[in-house]
Amino acid sequence: MSEAMKELGQHIEGRRADCVIAWDVSYGELNIDVAPANIVGFVEFLKTDPTCRFSTLVDITAVDYPDRPKRFDVVYHFLSMYQNQRIRLRLSVREEEMVPSIISVHPSANWFEREVFDMFGILFSGHPDLRRLLTDYGFRGFPLRKDFPTTGYTEVRYDEEQKRVVYEPVSLVQEYRQFDFMSPWEGADYILPGDEKSEEGAK
Amino acid sequence: MMDGSPNPRGYEDAQTGEQKIRNFNLNFGPQHPAAHGVLRLVLELDGEIVERCDPHIGLLHRGTEKLMESRTYLQNLPYFDRLDYVAPMNQEHAWCLAIEKLTGVEVPRRGQIIRVLYSEIGRILNHLLNVTTQAMDVGALTPPLWGFEEREKLMIFYERACGARLHSAYFRPGGVHQDLPPQLIDDIEAWAKEFPSKVDDIDELLTENRIFKQRNADIAVVTEEEILEWGFSGVMVRGSGLAWDLRRSQPYECYDEFDFQIPVGKNGDCYDRYLVRMAEMRESTKIILQACEMLRQPENQGEVMTRGKLSPPRRGEMKRSMEALIHHFKLYTEGFHVPAGEVYCAVEAPKGEFGVYLVADDTNRPYRAKIRAPGFLHLQAMDHVSKGHQLADIAAIIGTLDIVFGEVDR
Repeated sequence: MSEAMKELGQHIEGRRADCVIAWDVSYGELNIDVAPANIVGFVEFLKTDPTCRFSTLVDITAVDYPDRPKRFDVVYHFLSMYQNQRIRLRLSVREEEMVPSIISVHPSANWFEREVFDMFGILFSGHPDLRRLLTDYGFRGFPLRKDFPTTGYTEVRYDEEQKRVVYEPVSLVQEYRQFDFMSPWEGADYILPGDEKSEEGAK
Repeated sequence: MMDGSPNPRGYEDAQTGEQKIRNFNLNFGPQHPAAHGVLRLVLELDGEIVERCDPHIGLLHRGTEKLMESRTYLQNLPYFDRLDYVAPMNQEHAWCLAIEKLTGVEVPRRGQIIRVLYSEIGRILNHLLNVTTQAMDVGALTPPLWGFEEREKLMIFYERACGARLHSAYFRPGGVHQDLPPQLIDDIEAWAKEFPSKVDDIDELLTENRIFKQRNADIAVVTEEEILEWGFSGVMVRGSGLAWDLRRSQPYECYDEFDFQIPVGKNGDCYDRYLVRMAEMRESTKIILQACEMLRQPENQGEVMTRGKLSPPRRGEMKRSMEALIHHFKLYTEGFHVPAGEVYCAVEAPKGEFGVYLVADDTNRPYRAKIRAPGFLHLQAMDHVSKGHQLADIAAIIGTLDIVFGEVDR
């Protein structure tokens, strides 16, 4: 399995050396890093090349790495029903960078790109209809970014006096707690909740 | 004006000659019995012909992927029951496979067979619901009543295996939660022997029914090219004659040891997809019978879950061993850690290819998990598939696409 993947990786690198930044095979899956500017041509090549024939777009998503200068990884998955093989493409993009849309090659990219825009705020150039997809009408912010709180910013309720649903800033009855299970007794570099006073007393 | 150019007023009325005909916009849903959940379609109609169809989804969006980032791997498992709540265990399967691939855990043989058995029960659960409610959408009332009786029996099998009818949380990373009692295996086998006659009953009601045929044949024809363009999978592919099934082409668990056929359609219309689903139920019954037989073999006895970091220690051990007690406590509070890496794992869910893209960072929580639902792509093609059909066909098309909003909206 991995041998065939490696051969395929070498084949793709040999044919489109200008597009492939790096490639590797891990967990029996082929990963290729591509520059954002080349993505459309490269996907077209993957679709038409007889040894690749990646004819089906399986998925487009993104991963947020806030610490990196190129913050987002846009990840494409393709499947070939003819050659029975899969491939993953990774694009590193900065926060303000636009990614070319691949709708011209795979029409099914439409909703995936809308979802990535909705969740991460990555813009796709050449997309005909880049509206929000899953979130509420008039929603603000990009929920799957790591700096977006899980609780969100607004909550809704039905107001009996105004006879309509109203939006209000989120108010939590109980503080949002994120337990840290990463063995805090082995040198935690922060004060555990409830220990503040004992730390002061020790000083 | 007759040549189509507008007059200075921008429209024509009865007094000047031609009347301006405007397309009619119709809001279908979100509360519509044929929408299979909370789907809002904005339809542009020319008379009764659909010109444009814009699905508005997200009314059932719960932010599953965001929630998963702050929970442990084991806590995330039940979220998968809530995606496609018609066949819950098939979704859990993809999540378990992704974790097992990253951690390199091998599932014991008995665990694998039980997984296959319950995946196929899930497939029948799904197809029973889909076939019969699609028939209801086009006017037949009896099939759902008959089909749901069988579904009820299957959900009791779910309950007897894991204690829950729907939100089972039965497949766990490393195997399945508990072994099946022998009586349950006998009962499943007895049910599977009798089930084909129930399929025959539904078959008699629908297959040669004139109304059902008129409403489904030649509706929403899907060609091979469209399958590739719109990324279809599952029955949407097989209904058009492509024998593509992940159970056969990229086998997972021990599907390669089972003897079953992949039914394919010919014309790629709603009627063929109905026939494929009926045939798949019969094939799944065959797999269930084989799995029951295999579970009784002496070589397939033993553990249903790998003993190791991913699974809890046995009760008996916990009573005696301090280490086992600590392990149990740490497993259910901190959870296990998954080595850094990224994988994509897919299963042939009843609706098509259900995949999980998992990015792990060596902690007890996923860094990012993306759920790839087949219904998402099928619904996306709604505009393309329904163009030029009658308004009444919309209900038949939504039914045949097999959409459940739990997985589309996530």
